[in-house]
Amino acid sequence: MSTIQPIAGELEPHPDVALVEQARGGDVSAYDTLVRKYDRQIFRIAQHITQNREDAEDVMQDAFLKAYQKLDQFQGNSKFYTWLVRIAVNESLMRLRKRRTGKMVSIDEDIETEEGSVPRDLADWAPDPEQNYGQAELNEILRKTIQGLPQGFRIVFVLRDVEGLSTEETAETLGLSIPAVKSRLLRARLQLRERLSRYFHRKKGAEK
Amino acid sequence: MTCSEFLALLDDLIDDSVTPETRAELQQHLHGCEHCEVTLSTTRKTIEIYRSHEIYDLPSGLRERLHAAIMSRCKKGC
Repeated sequence: MSTIQPIAGELEPHPDVALVEQARGGDVSAYDTLVRKYDRQIFRIAQHITQNREDAEDVMQDAFLKAYQKLDQFQGNSKFYTWLVRIAVNESLMRLRKRRTGKMVSIDEDIETEEGSVPRDLADWAPDPEQNYGQAELNEILRKTIQGLPQGFRIVFVLRDVEGLSTEETAETLGLSIPAVKSRLLRARLQLRERLSRYFHRKKGAEK
Repeated sequence: MTCSEFLALLDDLIDDSVTPETRAELQQHLHGCEHCEVTLSTTRKTIEIYRSHEIYDLPSGLRERLHAAIMSRCKKGC
């Protein structure tokens, strides 16, 4: 049985610290390195939250520009990446609010579900179930499935499981308590698992 | 251990943050409970699939365009 190792926060000084220092001193190429290092992640996070390609492009630009302007405020007691993610999450939520004027958008919405209930009608999955789908089809399934999660669950799952932030970093980034992050993560994982089961379950009569 | 108790510790088990004693109890429950065994394996697989598939790709053309826009503004002091 494979074990998924947690991605723990490093204890040694992070290599980004030197780049941030150089960028603060006016070295734009140092900032260029930081942008290239994290642009894909920031774009992904923005896509997951806004669920809109144009918004994600705008968020990515705005987040990196804002971070550059605010470099002096970066304390260094959190990782640069976590700090950047927080800016990108806030930009994404702001963008959503603009789009859905009048509708409240927050990471607290839609979280009224049964706490950690035991899954029902549990069917095992086929071995390597993703092999049964083409790449484009699989991506569509994965996108559709995660888009169906309540926003507050989706953000926690993306930060914690896809982007590899620790529970503490996720809590800090979203302004949530650690128990709130843990409870959302469990429910997000279980809901995704249940939804993916529709596509990945072992066919009846198939060999074990 | 009941299935609900197992489920409450599922994330800690997946994230490898349980004590050896708790892990042993969880393993013992798993031996006799196919339901929880399937929950564990498919939840692990769910995480693994989302980690290993980039469902929102940043195409290189777009990446370069955004990058150029960011850097030109940074050079002007934003």
